[in-house]
Parts: sequence; structure tokens; C-alpha cells
Amino acid sequence: MEIALVVGFPLIGAALLAVIGAQRYAAEVNVAISLATLLAAAALVIRVIRGGAMSAFDEQCFIDPFNVFLVALTALVGFTTSVFSRPYMRIEAAHGHVTTGRLRLYHSMYQLFMTAMLVALTTNNLGFLWVAMEAATLSTVLLVSLYRTRASIEAAWKYFILCGVGIALALFGTILVYVAAEGRLGGNGMTALLWTHLNAVKGQLEPTVIGLAFVFLLVGYGTKVGLAPLHNWLPDAHAEGPTPVSAVLSGLLLNVALYAVLRCKIITDGALHSALPGRMLMGFGLLSTVWATFFLWRQRDIKRLFAYSSIEHMGIMTFAFGMGGPIASFAGLLHMTVHSLTKSAIFFAAGHATQTAGTQRMDGIRGLLAVHPSVGWGLMLGALAILGMPPFGVFASEYLVLTTAMRDHPWATPILLIALAIAFAAIFGRMQPMVFGDTQAPPLPHPPSLLPVFVHLILVLALGIWIPPALAQWYRLAAHLFTE
Amino acid sequence: MTTAVYLWQVGVCLVATGLAPLFAGWVGQCRAMLQNRAAPPVWQPYRMLRKLFHKEATLATDASWLFRSAPYVVFAVMVLAAAIIPSLTTQLPVARVADAIALVGLFATARVFMALAAMDIGTAFGTLGARREMMMGFLTEPALLMVLFNAFLMAGTTALPAIVQSTLTPSHAMLHPSLAFAAVAFVMVLLAENARLPIDNPSTHLELTMIHEAMVLEYSARHLALMEWASWLKLFNYACIGFTLFMPWGIATQSVSVGGMAFALLALVAKLLVAGSALALFETTSAKLRLFRAPEFLTMAFLLAVLGLLVHLLLEG
Amino acid sequence: MPAPTFATQVLQTLAGALLLIAFAMLAERRSRRLVTLLIWQGAVLVTSTLLVAVTAHLSHLFFSAMLTLVLKVGVLPWILLRLMHRLGIERDNEPLVNVPTLMLVGLGAVIFAFGLAQPITALATTVIRQTLGIALAVILLALLMILARRKAFTQVIGFLALENGLFFAATTTTYGMPMVVELGIALDVLVGVFIFGVFFFHIREQFDSLDLHHLESLKED
Repeated sequence: MEIALVVGFPLIGAALLAVIGAQRYAAEVNVAISLATLLAAAALVIRVIRGGAMSAFDEQCFIDPFNVFLVALTALVGFTTSVFSRPYMRIEAAHGHVTTGRLRLYHSMYQLFMTAMLVALTTNNLGFLWVAMEAATLSTVLLVSLYRTRASIEAAWKYFILCGVGIALALFGTILVYVAAEGRLGGNGMTALLWTHLNAVKGQLEPTVIGLAFVFLLVGYGTKVGLAPLHNWLPDAHAEGPTPVSAVLSGLLLNVALYAVLRCKIITDGALHSALPGRMLMGFGLLSTVWATFFLWRQRDIKRLFAYSSIEHMGIMTFAFGMGGPIASFAGLLHMTVHSLTKSAIFFAAGHATQTAGTQRMDGIRGLLAVHPSVGWGLMLGALAILGMPPFGVFASEYLVLTTAMRDHPWATPILLIALAIAFAAIFGRMQPMVFGDTQAPPLPHPPSLLPVFVHLILVLALGIWIPPALAQWYRLAAHLFTE
Repeated sequence: MTTAVYLWQVGVCLVATGLAPLFAGWVGQCRAMLQNRAAPPVWQPYRMLRKLFHKEATLATDASWLFRSAPYVVFAVMVLAAAIIPSLTTQLPVARVADAIALVGLFATARVFMALAAMDIGTAFGTLGARREMMMGFLTEPALLMVLFNAFLMAGTTALPAIVQSTLTPSHAMLHPSLAFAAVAFVMVLLAENARLPIDNPSTHLELTMIHEAMVLEYSARHLALMEWASWLKLFNYACIGFTLFMPWGIATQSVSVGGMAFALLALVAKLLVAGSALALFETTSAKLRLFRAPEFLTMAFLLAVLGLLVHLLLEG
Repeated sequence: MPAPTFATQVLQTLAGALLLIAFAMLAERRSRRLVTLLIWQGAVLVTSTLLVAVTAHLSHLFFSAMLTLVLKVGVLPWILLRLMHRLGIERDNEPLVNVPTLMLVGLGAVIFAFGLAQPITALATTVIRQTLGIALAVILLALLMILARRKAFTQVIGFLALENGLFFAATTTTYGMPMVVELGIALDVLVGVFIFGVFFFHIREQFDSLDLHHLESLKED
């Protein structure tokens, strides 16, 4: 029931906003729907805390410790982003960047995107997982090109083609999984693609088929995670789309894609009885981290800078899950949570910063503290949080990743440390002049909404100090899935 | 081996030599009809041969023995090739002594003689044509060999009669996707080798594009007649190779008898009629490729043949 | 191995035809003919799906064959042709450089695909699984086509060819995905093509051409 509400609210919202999205109050409706989704997700969480893992709709949907917190996270960030997008899109409209017709598209697609991600998270069927991932791509393509500038159309096209091709490969992987499962679970497709069923018989699945399937799934969904060298779409899409879209892409979509990879990895691990899938994740993760940090140096655009930072952090998570084991998996899950919160907060702040300065180029953004102190502080604190400063939650998860790496794979530790240091220098050096310094920029026509930024940062701070027992328990149980 | 078999062998050669101009005439007639032109009679090639043989041969002043002997060599090679190809029956002696690879070699011999003879006179066109012909040969031969390898793999032998035998064995009767690839590739090779559209236009003398015509430009009378006859025979031979590889139905596989041979001849004529009209149809509907596109065309043929091999290994292995 | 049944032979021949069409697409320069080839590919898919449906007595495959017929032979080509007409690119000719090299790379892709599928084919429980290699080859060739093309329209056709390869893999190796999933996939493809269509107009509005050379301003800086 709660699952139906979680998925249903945004779906109804998408239909509703497709009709009334051009109205003055559409942004408020968007917030209300997101709030309803969040409440439904909260109800779901309470139910799971009371009753444990559950499934619904003839086992087509299921909630276990691994996806419950992601559902909650997605609903939360979806809600805060809608709160942020209300003044942000008003300012954009006031600047003449978007028309009301485009706003209708924006609101409707935003909710559709939320629906797709929530379906992807809650479905038990690997086929539906694919369909939902593709739907998430399709709904965001038009969001990325919302401004219809040359650059945004180019970015959206790149995003569309690259992710379209990637996701097609993932479909091939899904088909191969089905090939392997069919022999074990019978030809009835409604059960042979169910993750819970596959997980139950994973030891008996044909290793060659599953191994090949995993390669395709990893490359396919990995494209959406933004793993190097398939990350080309990511900086462009983040930089050229509206900032709320960048926030949900970075904060949510990448997580959902990684979630898809991990679900597949669990089955592959069971079928292969070898460390190969883990090694592949580690390799891709490390490559993405290092690659992204080197590109961080060369960025001139603030949103591109943080887009590369997202690639770096997805790399760290992928590396953590690749190492496996209870601690590393725990760290990976924690990092998923805190990165999502921090990065969306940063994009909120960066969005208002670019609106204030009228440019996304970092050398044009100066003296935020003087114009909008809250934007300046939000950006500064967000940057510190994402760079892993204690006591923020990112520090905790990165510390766990590093210590595990030092114990199990010592060769990787210096690489990670150097990458983190470079990222620190690159981002921190850029932040200072932007936040401090002088400017003549006029304040924004609408007061910026920095509440989401600080809510996220407080949550990240809290997670760095104290993890709620229920969440910690979920992390532990989910980590157990990776290690059994 | 009785003398009768050798007589049959001679007979087969004669049939091939005799039918070849007719086949060329048939293709010409089909083309004319498809293009809404008044069609020449099918025996037009014979008339041409008769006319040419009655003329007095003119030779360039610095033509060497090579130039004079080339028509005879080329013609003889084509007749020999016709003897090797089991167009009517698999039971004849010459076909047994040479396999399909030797056949490719024979065609290459003819090509070399033609090219040398064309360059012998030292005119610009001759050299041009020879050069182009050698380039085509360089591209078609690998493709042709690959097509043949498809058949070799399937039958497990390089001898054409054995391939026919094996294809006609009822238990082997199945659809071969690989042969479909090979067949398409073979048609492309056939077009290129016989100077047909879209590689070369046999009915024009455009100096910018011609290949075959450029090489025989200096010939006259009986030499020209033999050259033309040889080229018709080549087309006929290629058609027969196609039949042996891809549609061997009707070819006599039992010991030689009048009835079997008559039936085989009937089947051959029927297949030639169909193949000739298909060729004419294809030529009418396709446009001449520019010369620098020809390598692309032939690479495609080569690739298709290789694909056929791969598909055979994957699906039928 | 015992001689495969006649239906399997036909299926293998159809698989071969699919591969042939994929290669033809790789080398085809004219947009109009590419759409024709796409229709042919769809028709081969419908035939093969029907064949599998008849031989395996699977009723849901009939539906998916009908769906393919409507979608891939009917609606999608129609949309594409209309788009071509409205964009005025019916006579477009794409300058492709070095087709032979492209073909050789394609051949390499086929060998790679066959090699990759070999272990699965080796433990095939159904003869049908042997077509997995061909399906993979078709997918890789379509990928290659997307990479090699510089026009938005032809990239989309490559994308649809990719989808066809996937569909072929699904029907012949596993007797089709579950119906609901298949419907979802079909919906995604349809919506995708619509969005592509919208995009063409955006691209042309902004760049006055569908040539993707213009779409190269976003580089790593």
C-alpha cells in the first residue's frame, strides 16, 4: 500500500502538472506533491522499521534494508529540491531563461523522473528496473535541454545517445540473466526475473552466462553512474541543465544507477564464486576517481566542477562496494547517503550563486558573502563537507573506505589519498575567491531559498556524528547482502 | 575410363563454347527489353563472331608475339575452365584433376595474359585498362576464394564435383545461412570480374571508366572475336560456378548417360535463362559506381564471404 | 550434433539476414534507404518471432510479434519518414569516409561477438541459443554505426537497429521477455523516438542543420 502511494503520488503529480504546470501556483503544487511522496515514504519507512522487509503486488515490488533508505533519501531530496526549485525557477523566469510553457514541461517531467526513480528502487523485477532506468533517462533528457540553447541541446543529445546506448547494453545483460534464470526458475517470466528469486538460487545459475551478463550490466548501468571512461555525458548534462535538475541527477539518479549495478553484482557474486565482479568495480571506481580529480583542475564552470566531483565520489563508492566486506559496504552505503545530501545542497547553493553573478564561470563569481551571505556560507560549508572535512558525514565514510583499503588493498590507498588531496586543492582553492572577495552584483529579484541547503548540511553533519540505529541496522543488513 | 567419357568431355566443352555467346545474347536482349529499347536477336553474338572472323586482322606495327598469342591463350584457358566446372555432370575426367583453387589460378592466368597484351602495344588506354584490371583482380580473387572456402568448409573438399555431390545428398539438404552470405558475395564478384555494371559498363567505351574494353581496344578481326568469345565464356563459366555452388539441381551425378545429360542440359538452360534475366534486371536497376568506389564494393564482397565463414562456424559448426 | 529441424534452419537463415542487413546499414549513405533497411530488419524480426511462436507454441510471442509488426514495421518507420519529409532530408547523402575500414572493423566486431557468445552457445540447451552470437553482432554493428555517423538522423536509425538486435536476442534465446516487460520496453522505444523527433527540430532550430559537427563545442576545458 505504502509502495503504491510512494510511486503513485509523483505519477499522479506528473499527469496533473502536465495540465496545470503553466499556472502561477504550479511550483507550489510541485512542492505539495513531493511532500506527499515524502510522507508516503516516511510511512513506508515506519512500516519497514516495524515489520522488516516486505514485498507487494505479487512480489513485483519489494522493500529490503538495501533500498528502503534509498527510497527515503530519494523522496527527501526530491522534496527539498522542489522547495529549492520554486524560487530558483521563478528567478530563471524573471531573467527570461524559461517560458511558462517550458515550466509546465519542467514540472511534469520532474515528477515523472521521480516516479521512474522510485519504481527503479522498489521493483523486484530486473526487467522493470531496466524500463524504469530508461524512463528516467527519457524524462531527464528534455529537462537537460530546457533552456534550448546550443550548449544545452548538445549536452542533452550527448546524454541521450550515450545513456541510450549504455542502457541498451544493460538490456542485453538483463536478457542474458533471463537466459540463465530460465533454466533454473522455469520459463514463467514473471518470476524468473524477480531479484528475490534469483538471489535465492544464485549459486546454481550458469556462471558463464551470468558473468557475461554482468559485464553488460556493469557497462550499461555504469554509464549512468558516470563511471570513467563512460562519463562524458555527465559534466555536460549537469552544467547545461537547470540547477534543480543537476541536483537530482547528481544526488539521486547516479545513486539509483549504482543501486542497479549493485543488485546485479550481488547475484553475480553468488553465481561466480569469485572476486572478479568486485575487482571490476574496484577498477572502474579507482579509474573514475583518479580521472575525475585530474579533470577537476581544468574546470572553469562551477557546475562542471561539481559534476566532476560527483564522478569522483561515485568512483569512491564503486571502489568501496568493489572491495566488499561488511565495513567497506557499510561505508559505501553511508557515502551514497551523505554524498547525495551534500552534493544536492552544493548545487542549490551554486545555482543561486550563478544567478547572482549571472554566469557559471567561476572567475565571474565573486564576493557571495557580500551579496547573499547565506548562499556564500552554504557553498563554503557544502564544499568543506564534500571535501571530507570532519565532522561531516563524508569524512566518516571516506575514513572507513580508506582504512579498509589500507587493510585489504594497501596498493590502492596512496592512489585514493592523492586523488582526494588533489580534489581538495582544486575545489577549495576555487571556493575562496568566490565566497569572499568584492563584487558589484545586484541581489536576486526573489529571495533565494537556502533552507534545503542547510537542512541537508545539518543532516550530513548529524550523520557524521551519530547514525540513527535503524539506519545503521539497515546499512549492516544491506552490507550483509554483499558479503553472504 | 572409356573413350566415351572423353567424348562426353569434349562435348561438354563444345556445349559451353556454343552456349556462351547465346547466354551473352540473352542478357543483352533482356537488358534491351527492360530499357524499352528494340532488342537485338539473341544470336547477335554469333553474327558478330562470323563478321569478325571474316575480316582481315590488323596489327599494330610494334605488336609482339605476346599480343598475337594472347587471344588464343585466353580463349583456351576459358575452354579449359569450362571443362573443369561440372556444369552438366560430375563424372567427367578433367574436373577430377583440377579443383576450384586451380580454377581461380586459371582465371588469373587469363587475366595476366590479357593485361600484358594490353600493355604490349604501349597505348595509353591499354595500359590504363590493364592497370585497372589488375587492381580489380587483386580485389576479386580473395573474395572469390573466400566464397569458395564457404563451399569447401561445407563439403569438406576443394573439388567442385564433390561439392555438388555433397550438396545434392538428401541428408545434407538444409538451409545454410552461410551460403546466403556467400551467394551475395559471389554475385558481387561475378559482376566485377565480368566487367558488368556497377563496376564497368560492357556496352560503352567511355575512356574514363572502361576497364575491359580498354584492354581489347587494339584488337581486330579474329583476335577480337576470340577475345570477345573468351569474355562471354568467362561470364558463362562464372554463372556455372554459381550453379555448382548454390543451385546444383539437375546436374547429373550418376554415370554418364544420354538421358541424364539431356536433362542436365535442360536444367542448365533453364538456370541460365533465369540467371541471365536476373543479371539484366540488376544491371538495369543499378547505376555505375565511380571507379574509386569499386574497392569498397569488392571489400564488401570479401567481408560478406568471410561473414559467411563465421556464420558457418557459429551456426552450423 | 544432430541435424537441426527445418524451423531452426529457417531461423538461422533469418538470423543471417539480420546480420546482412546490419552490414548493409553500416555502409549505406542514403537516409531514405536506411529507413527501408530498418523496415526490412523489422520484417525479419516479425517473421522470426512468429516462427518461434509457432514452433514453441507460445501465445504471448504472437502478441509480441504483432507488437513488433505494428511498432517496428509500421509506426516507427512512418514517424521517421514523416520526420524526413518535414525536415526536408529525404535526399540527404551522408559522406562516409573509408567504408572498407569501417567494414573491417565491423568484421572484427562480429568475430568478437561470436567469440563472446561461444561459451554460451557451447552449453546451449536449445539450438536456438546459437543465434545469440548473431544478435550480439547486430548490436555491436549498430553501435559502430552510431559511432561512425555524424548526422543526428542516422544516429537514431543506428539506435533503433540496436534495439532490433536486442529484441532478436530476447525472442530467440529466451522465447521472449515477459509480456509486461516487453510492453514497457516498447513504450520506452516509442517515447524515445518521439523525443528524438522533438530533438531534431530543436537541433535544426539552433544549428540550422542536423549535422552533428556543430555539436562539438562542449569539450573538456
